[in-house]
Amino acid sequence: MSVALKLPPRDGVTFDLATDSLRSLNSTLAALAPETNQTAWQILNPRGQHAVAVGVTVPVAITIAGHVGYYCAGMNDGAAITIAGNAGPGVAENMMSGTVHVKGDASQAAGATAHGGMLIIDGNASARCGISMKGIDIIVQGSVGHMSAFMAQSGNLVILGDAGEALGDSLYEARIFVRGKVASLGADCEEKPMNEADRTILAALLDKAGIVADAGAFKLFGSARTLYHFHVDNAGAY
Amino acid sequence: MFLKNRALEPELGALTAAMLGVLTDRGPDSAGFAIYGAGEPGAVKLTLRGDVDFAELGAVLEVAATVHDDHAVIVVPRAREAAVRGLIAAKYPGVAIVASGARMELFKGVGLPDDVSRRFGLAGMSGSHAIGHTRMATESAVTTAGAHPFSTGPDQCLVHNGSLSNHNDVRRRLMRENISFETQNDTEVAAGFLSWKLRSERLDEALTSALGELDGFYTFVVGTESGFGVLRDPVACKPAVMAETDDYVAFGSEYRALVDLPGISKAHLFEPEPAKVYFWERPARERAA
Repeated sequence: MSVALKLPPRDGVTFDLATDSLRSLNSTLAALAPETNQTAWQILNPRGQHAVAVGVTVPVAITIAGHVGYYCAGMNDGAAITIAGNAGPGVAENMMSGTVHVKGDASQAAGATAHGGMLIIDGNASARCGISMKGIDIIVQGSVGHMSAFMAQSGNLVILGDAGEALGDSLYEARIFVRGKVASLGADCEEKPMNEADRTILAALLDKAGIVADAGAFKLFGSARTLYHFHVDNAGAY
Repeated sequence: MFLKNRALEPELGALTAAMLGVLTDRGPDSAGFAIYGAGEPGAVKLTLRGDVDFAELGAVLEVAATVHDDHAVIVVPRAREAAVRGLIAAKYPGVAIVASGARMELFKGVGLPDDVSRRFGLAGMSGSHAIGHTRMATESAVTTAGAHPFSTGPDQCLVHNGSLSNHNDVRRRLMRENISFETQNDTEVAAGFLSWKLRSERLDEALTSALGELDGFYTFVVGTESGFGVLRDPVACKPAVMAETDDYVAFGSEYRALVDLPGISKAHLFEPEPAKVYFWERPARERAA
């Protein structure tokens, strides 16, 4: 690592939510130009507030010092956002690109509906992690709650711990990698044979997230594709 | 808010009031709280609500009355409880007995949580544990009677986030078991169900029974004379965050409610798991007299 990288970030900005409003923070971030020199942001005293650092569309680094409430880093498009604490429901929901790193636990619906980018959760995630995900990569170092990856369409959900009940219910084409135990699989979710290409994808995700783990220790789950089309034998059920 | 450290008891009301105030935006229409303070041996506390001169009522009934806005707490010797209840019913038809118990007092009203807390003087109250609620009504009217907590048994109270779908059916069954209801509110049915179960079961057993028989979505917080319990339905739509330290166990719908509690930065923060019964009790020898 070069010496320069150890120096304090140039043009670092500290924003204290104990004295400045959440609205002024989010509007300041929203007004940043893509070529801004204010590339390093430190947000103090989030105190569980909702919607901290939502809708950022520029490639800046934002560190939030504490626990946040609902929808933190929602709609993120390009920023690298670190939450040095726990996140409430819907962290990084509908993220388009960039990274969101939760150092603590995440509540329900982490990464919901997100199209891209990477969400890393060092602790556990509650129910419905990755619900309706559409291309995001989610790495959970702990365990996830029930109904995770419900109706997940694409992207990867990597779980180093255990998965709760009904994992991958009504799954489309997202991949789910689980290292620990799975309480139960949801409708139309099944274990798949893991080939070399899958292991390469998983190893690259772990590497990108800075996690050392053996890709061979995971199981892969995907869609059995039996719910994709109307089946005439089920006509009587409607 | 459940205190393990008795030194914090004088601060219980202030801590609870602050938690309620923070959650105003989740429930601005009405609020309420139950607080478990000191009791008197051989006596029962009745919390009354009504538009009467409670000092005069106390004098007529020959009981001590402490007035809190439109509520009052009277302390009645156990031997006279039935007689006093009869006198209130006969002489003061506009007065409702909203709660009873050795230690529990219960207050609720329409309005912003801070205003409700102020009217009843919550910040100055002390005790071992308190359960508060800010309501955003969905299933029944915004009235004082429809605010939470609900109490359907001595020293028992319940607050609820969610809604129940089989409450009419359960209410009919409970009425056959001599549980009486004052409202059409779904939450009161959950309280009644637990009171019925608590006749023969421990709190954890009663909450386990609720999992099988109450249909709908809910996060419940239940208070008893000795402690409190938490239960979330298996789908767990409704949020819950808890903080535990050596000094207390605190519950909130979200972390903002807990952020100003003493020592929160060192607390164990967790979300109670779905369909899992949690309860904390003070050992019998440590309970306030």
